[in-house]
Amino acid sequence: MDLNDWILSLHVLSAFALVGAMVIFTLMIVALWNTDNPARVVAFMPLSRVGAVLVMAGIAGTIVFGVWLAISLDAYQLWDGWVIAALVLWAVGTALGQRSGEEYNAAAVQAQDDLKAGRPSSLPAYGASRAFWLHVGVVVVILLILIDMIWKPGA
Amino acid sequence: MMDVLASIRPDSWNFPLFLHVLGAMVLVGAVTAAVVAQLWTVTPADGDRLRRFSFRTMLFVAIPAWFVMAAGSEWIYSKEFGDSSDDPTWVGIGFMTREGGGLLLLIATICAGIASRKSKSGLARASGIIAAIALAAWIVAIWAMAAKPS
Repeated sequence: MDLNDWILSLHVLSAFALVGAMVIFTLMIVALWNTDNPARVVAFMPLSRVGAVLVMAGIAGTIVFGVWLAISLDAYQLWDGWVIAALVLWAVGTALGQRSGEEYNAAAVQAQDDLKAGRPSSLPAYGASRAFWLHVGVVVVILLILIDMIWKPGA
Repeated sequence: MMDVLASIRPDSWNFPLFLHVLGAMVLVGAVTAAVVAQLWTVTPADGDRLRRFSFRTMLFVAIPAWFVMAAGSEWIYSKEFGDSSDDPTWVGIGFMTREGGGLLLLIATICAGIASRKSKSGLARASGIIAAIALAAWIVAIWAMAAKPS
């Protein structure tokens, strides 16, 4: 095993962390769909914290080790079309995910405050909200990145 | 099969590889969610909710994803190695963790189902630990598929 094998394995493990986090967030969105019960939202907060850690590790690992591989391997260049497409999709997915995450975080904080205050909650984020559609956008972008990585169009 | 991620391969291999990788990614994410839900409960009321979530996640997401991953792996294996009887080490690791992990996932799902129905926190914890062992094995498999130790 040489260094490139290790970089590739870390790149792939990072991709699994990123997609795993998206699966976790999608499952939480389904489980909390249209809920107005703040206790239910708060119960899922440990899961969202794990998802957030995986997202950060996945975003950082995929870009760092991916770019490293593109530079290190003679077969690929950073300016190859499929590499540029992956970088653009990664940036779009990161931006969409950040917006979606901020909106879901705000809803979770509101649920926590409502639960502490013992007041009824209105949680519009947990339905077909803008946060939800931004999350759908991230899932589509990640699928496109996976297709790009496997088919490598133009390579 | 993920070794071919970093190389050019015949076009006919791409779709089976895509199925294999996507199934594996959903499997890892779903089992991670189930493990965290079983092992990280804050209050008893949360416990009931999270036990139910964990069971449904394993039954309706992780097990179907395991089948997609396994079908994809058989498909790409038949294309890449055909009838060869001399498998590389990383393929052996993949098969071993696929079958062993699948069995552990099945046991964890049964435990989670009983724990969810009868509110048994000890059994829920056992389910989480069994699923976590499967998850650890699959992480080793991901490393092996990508790094291809010989």
